[in-house]
Amino acid sequence: MIKKIKQGAFYGSIGLLAFLVMISLLSIMGYILFNGVGHINLEFLTKEPRSMGREGGIFSVIIGTLILTLFSVLIATPIGVAAAIFFTEYSAGKKWVGPIRFFTEILAGIPSIIFGLFGFAFFVIFLGLGWSILSGGLTLAIMILPTLIRATEESLKTVPMSYREGSLSLGATKLQTITRVIIPSCLPGILTGIILGVGRAIGETAAVMLTAGSNLRMPTSLLDSTRTMSVHLYTLASEGISLEKTFATASLLIIIVLIINTAANAITSKYIIKS
Amino acid sequence: MENASTKFEIDKLNLFYGSFQALIDIDMTIYTNKITALIGPSGCGKSTFIRTLNRMNDLILGVKTTGLVKFDEMDIYAVDYDVINLRKKVGMVFQKPNPFPKTIFENIVYGPKVHGEKNRDKLQEIVEKTLKEVALWEEVKDRLHKPALGLSGGQQQRLCIARCLAVEPEVILMDEPTSALDPVATSKIESLLEELVEKYTIVIVTHNMQQAGRVSDYTSFFLSGKVLETDKTEIIFSNPTNKKTEEYITGRFG
Amino acid sequence: MKAYEKIVEKLIIVCAIISTISVVLITVFIFRSGLPILMNYGVIDFIFGTNWSPTNGNYGILPLIAGTLSVTLGALIIGVPMGIASAIILSEILPGKVARVFKSAIELLAGIPSVVYGFFGLIVLVPAIRTFILPIVQLVVPKATTTGFSIFAGAIILAIMILPTIVSISENSIKAVPREFREASLALGANKMETIVRVIIPAAKSGIIASIILGMGRAIGETMAVILITGNMPKIPGGPLDSVATLTGTIAMEMGYADATHQQALFAVGIILFMIIMLLNAIAQISAHGLRGNN
Repeated sequence: MIKKIKQGAFYGSIGLLAFLVMISLLSIMGYILFNGVGHINLEFLTKEPRSMGREGGIFSVIIGTLILTLFSVLIATPIGVAAAIFFTEYSAGKKWVGPIRFFTEILAGIPSIIFGLFGFAFFVIFLGLGWSILSGGLTLAIMILPTLIRATEESLKTVPMSYREGSLSLGATKLQTITRVIIPSCLPGILTGIILGVGRAIGETAAVMLTAGSNLRMPTSLLDSTRTMSVHLYTLASEGISLEKTFATASLLIIIVLIINTAANAITSKYIIKS
Repeated sequence: MENASTKFEIDKLNLFYGSFQALIDIDMTIYTNKITALIGPSGCGKSTFIRTLNRMNDLILGVKTTGLVKFDEMDIYAVDYDVINLRKKVGMVFQKPNPFPKTIFENIVYGPKVHGEKNRDKLQEIVEKTLKEVALWEEVKDRLHKPALGLSGGQQQRLCIARCLAVEPEVILMDEPTSALDPVATSKIESLLEELVEKYTIVIVTHNMQQAGRVSDYTSFFLSGKVLETDKTEIIFSNPTNKKTEEYITGRFG
Repeated sequence: MKAYEKIVEKLIIVCAIISTISVVLITVFIFRSGLPILMNYGVIDFIFGTNWSPTNGNYGILPLIAGTLSVTLGALIIGVPMGIASAIILSEILPGKVARVFKSAIELLAGIPSVVYGFFGLIVLVPAIRTFILPIVQLVVPKATTTGFSIFAGAIILAIMILPTIVSISENSIKAVPREFREASLALGANKMETIVRVIIPAAKSGIIASIILGMGRAIGETMAVILITGNMPKIPGGPLDSVATLTGTIAMEMGYADATHQQALFAVGIILFMIIMLLNAIAQISAHGLRGNN
């Protein structure tokens, strides 16, 4: 009898706690989408902001976000993929791999405000790039590097040894084996890594604010300062500029995150079924 | 089988995995256009040995070899020896079929493309020729551009043999090529071997005594990293000199 | 061909080293920018000084440390039970399909930008604390007062934000407990609850601890959510309904308008933050390695 009560209490409490987790998620997303989706319209998406974002749309912010994200992913992807290839294909027997791996792990744990400080001190001031897409993009590229390395490495590890043997036994070189057999068979994993990196770059605020600034005007070069959607959301929320636009911007961010997660999941599950 | 010319000449070959010695003083001759079978219980070193012939053991960390392996009179473990060229001439078929996750066509042209063949017509020709050689053409000619992984196990293995033939090797190493296949697929591969040996030198590792007896011209018996006996297959199977060989062949251990 | 491959191989190695170079550069530039003031002002005065008012030249960050620690502690108190319960439910109780849905929901939580959490806290939690929680508290402590911008608000939002970290790492370590442990326990007549509490959780202990430490690191490092909801008052708090400023929030808030010395001070705050995070990461790595040793 006591055992029954104990069990009831146990399952009841962990059930309740997990239920709370779902409720938190649903209420946050639900509340913001409910209040914001209605304000996302053609004008919001395609018009430039007026009077600090109180009026008009967020077109230049969307473009700024796109350029900054694209730039950082373009820089980080080849480096991340190559680093992952190094760890799985070239690292065997090299003693100095340990520290390199350790530092890669460390990089993943550094908080974004530190990246912001670093980007500000190094790219903005030391290299004299100023608050710009270049400074912000390079800072973001370093930030998303560990995400890319990890995702690519996970998928490289699933490539069977027999593919490598088959290719080498036909007289292919190691590099040919990597570019023609190994990478093609883990493209979905690399793609997932890129998508997750994009998600991180879009959502990042603190580091971007300190490195790309928060210029509302449409950027015309990589040396222009720009404002991303996350930074815009922060400015609107903290300065209480327009609740309507704030909800709309937050909703747009959530919708983008939803799309990104769905895409990543779809690729992963398709990949798992195939292999 | 008189005066057959030799393809491989192995002299006092030793191989170590770290401190473990996997092959001990191996001496062997492999004759051109013959089938040499390597038999012996699991862990005796026969798979390790066959992988020294195309230097696939290079992939494993901490492997050290001493002694001489001569292929066409050249020491393949010499410092300046071209391993890529060796592997081109000495193809390999693995225990489990390992087609790439590409189409049937792309699997076969992989080797030629890697070695610089770009001509589409030529590649097409190679695909047809090699698939016919392994008697797979009729079965797959309508789906050359479908994934190779959709084939049955036996078909996949024949595809892997065709892929190996496409780089025009002189030798084909086979590491228990039928152990993952059903009896029908196995017998197809065995009869294939009889045709292939007209053009190629074949070395085959097998667990299956009958297979060794049926297909090979020469047989080597491996035990604990040593070659206990090498001879013409009919002699090994009817009148072995070593007592251990006899015990293994008659099924008393292994 | 050979030479070309050698060059590519070198390039690959360079790419692999970029992470390491980045960590080194980050360390060098943060320290370079912050160390002078730390030396001039005095490390002890800096860390244990209770007055943070940069405009008057006072750079004591104890209030900021207290702010960060109180919000983090609150987040752990709320988040850890939720996280571990979710991990248990995911790995031991829910059937595969439902578990997958639950898991992707938690992954979704990880994907939502922190500024969105901050906005939700600002628009929902802060007013809710002011209008609903405060009257309840006043029944017990009549003098209590709050604007709603508080440790409590920050702790709730951070608790939700660190859930994905705690859940995924705990779940992995629970899943890594060998089947035989479960079977042995069940075969001895223990029921599922006893098996979970007495066998599985203890066996997965080091992984769970690692997950909590990493979650803690995430809470300490989080900026945009807390900046919007904790009130940014650099005072040592007296209770959970007080406003606080955190290390991260202060850097982000003040960097925009800081003069040269003030900027240095903010970098020095960065140094302290950086060292706390490094320490936690090192502990988490050791804890996780212990896990591997045990199994």
